[in-house]
Amino acid sequence: MKTNKTAIRYAINTIALVILMIITFVIGGVDNNTIKLKIVPSVWQCCYLIIMAASLNLVLGFLGQLSLGHCGFMAVGAYTAALVSLAFQRAGVYDEKKGAAFMLVMIVSILAAGILSAVLGLLVGIPALRLKGDYLAIITLGFGMIIVNLINNIPFCGQQGLSQGTASSALYANGLGFSNDEKKGYMYVAVLAVILCMALMFMFVRSKFGRIICAIRDNEIAASASGIDVSYYKVLTFVFSAFFAGIAGALYSCCNAALATTSFAFTNGSILNSVFIVVMVVVGGMGSLTGSIVAAIGMFLLNYAIKNGTWVAALPGFLQNVFTYPMLVYSIALIIVIMFRPHGILGTSEFALCDIPKWPRMVASHFHKSDKEAEG
Amino acid sequence: MEERVPVLRTQHLGIAFGGLHAVEDFNIEIYKGELVGLIGPNGAGKTTVFNLLTGVYKPTEGTFYLNNELLNGKKTHQIVEAGIARTFQNIRLFGNMKVIDNVKTAFSKDIKYGLCSALFRSKAYWKTEREIHERAMELLKIFHLEEKADYLASSLPYGEQRKLEIARALATDMKLLLLDEPAAGMNPTETAELLECIKVIREQFGIAILLIEHDMSLVMNVCEKIQVINFGKTIAAGLPDEIVNNPEVIEAYLGR
Repeated sequence: MKTNKTAIRYAINTIALVILMIITFVIGGVDNNTIKLKIVPSVWQCCYLIIMAASLNLVLGFLGQLSLGHCGFMAVGAYTAALVSLAFQRAGVYDEKKGAAFMLVMIVSILAAGILSAVLGLLVGIPALRLKGDYLAIITLGFGMIIVNLINNIPFCGQQGLSQGTASSALYANGLGFSNDEKKGYMYVAVLAVILCMALMFMFVRSKFGRIICAIRDNEIAASASGIDVSYYKVLTFVFSAFFAGIAGALYSCCNAALATTSFAFTNGSILNSVFIVVMVVVGGMGSLTGSIVAAIGMFLLNYAIKNGTWVAALPGFLQNVFTYPMLVYSIALIIVIMFRPHGILGTSEFALCDIPKWPRMVASHFHKSDKEAEG
Repeated sequence: MEERVPVLRTQHLGIAFGGLHAVEDFNIEIYKGELVGLIGPNGAGKTTVFNLLTGVYKPTEGTFYLNNELLNGKKTHQIVEAGIARTFQNIRLFGNMKVIDNVKTAFSKDIKYGLCSALFRSKAYWKTEREIHERAMELLKIFHLEEKADYLASSLPYGEQRKLEIARALATDMKLLLLDEPAAGMNPTETAELLECIKVIREQFGIAILLIEHDMSLVMNVCEKIQVINFGKTIAAGLPDEIVNNPEVIEAYLGR
């Protein structure tokens, strides 16, 4: 009986994902300027933000360790993917960005990005995860800065990017850096990557590993007294999370023509900043992977609306001044969410398609309870 | 005559924090099926003994053995694997997890599937998860918690949280159970229920139990042997009747 239910849930989710993929293909096939210039780049950005937020959620929400250097892993992933693809191009594996050879190169570079990030995660995680709380936050913060400076000083990455001309042109012309048309054509790769990454993360948290890391979050001493090797599972989760951050970096290098370390730096004021990813996790709900998806898309849309929205120009002057400081708007948004939903939008619960029929009852019981409280 | 191997044997076990000897020369032998009480006034070092036996502190002197296996210097999780499980004086549950997941977590060392099995949902994964679920439910039934299996652990009433902590300790499949003041903060009804529980698990699992307790009636009722410590030193050990009449024990508890 129980297994039947599980099978039905799996089936429904698979069907939903297949529909999503079909929609992606259809959008990718339409020739329309709005889609090409606005929607497609947005989808790419959302894709890597979702993977970033969800992978950080594993460490922050499930394992309960604050890491402020997650964008460092993303930078490693981005540069790895870019360099690997360029290396293949110079070796003559592909000339044009299409065909089976290029597909293979893309898959290899994305996986290489994940694996190198994971290795780095292991190297950082073993010493760093001996620390707790604020100290871990500080050391990971330091790591994020170190990695940016390291990449800056590697000769073939360089501040200006890869050798032989500037990074941007080399990457854009030959490597993974896609033009708008190519982004549209390969949009399904990004969506597929998100689906696969999210599925793997779900499988991770819905197994003994998820139980163990939640136990470590709730009470480390009790976890080790239950026979759990706390440091092993902490490092494992950190590495697992770094792997996906690397993949997110690879997607980033695909959708950005120019690759510069400043975009991963801590001082970076744009949406790509380790603290900003932390904010996404908190807003979405620490311990809810679907919450991270919602928050990543929501924060992206907020960012997009502030930067590109015509409605900002329609506001009165003093409000427009507020919007010239996007960070101010983000913090206000964060405060509002924390005030009304202290545990984030979804808390620790997950969104599931199969639960939608239960929603009316849940809402009803919620109001019923508040009625009772009012009477009492 | 065949010699019985004690489940737990300590020899001159002790720990010093700087110049302070928190526990000194602690010797105890516990055999299979025995229930031994460890009592003493506040600050006597009872919980420190537990922390030594579970690897939270490393003993600075002496040795301790579980079924003749030397456990000195092992980490907490290795000691749990060897077979010593404990509960805590202040309850330490995994509060944001379901009751049943608390128990399942303690089964982790029995779950053999690896990361790949978990990520790609192999047959081994489904089989193991189903087995673990059944075993966890069985354990919860002993403590009458099976109906609350899907509750959050932190939402349980105090007495049931205590029981759940014991259930979780039992899930590690240990040979020696250390209970740190299981009846602290319980009302008489809950204490009586707990007493029943302890008796049941002792018969059903055939394990040895070492119990710290302040509730004298509970200790006198259930323990076969009692060891009294004060200022880290053992001042008396023996049968309950001997202990209540021991002048040194009376002095330690009531003063001169």
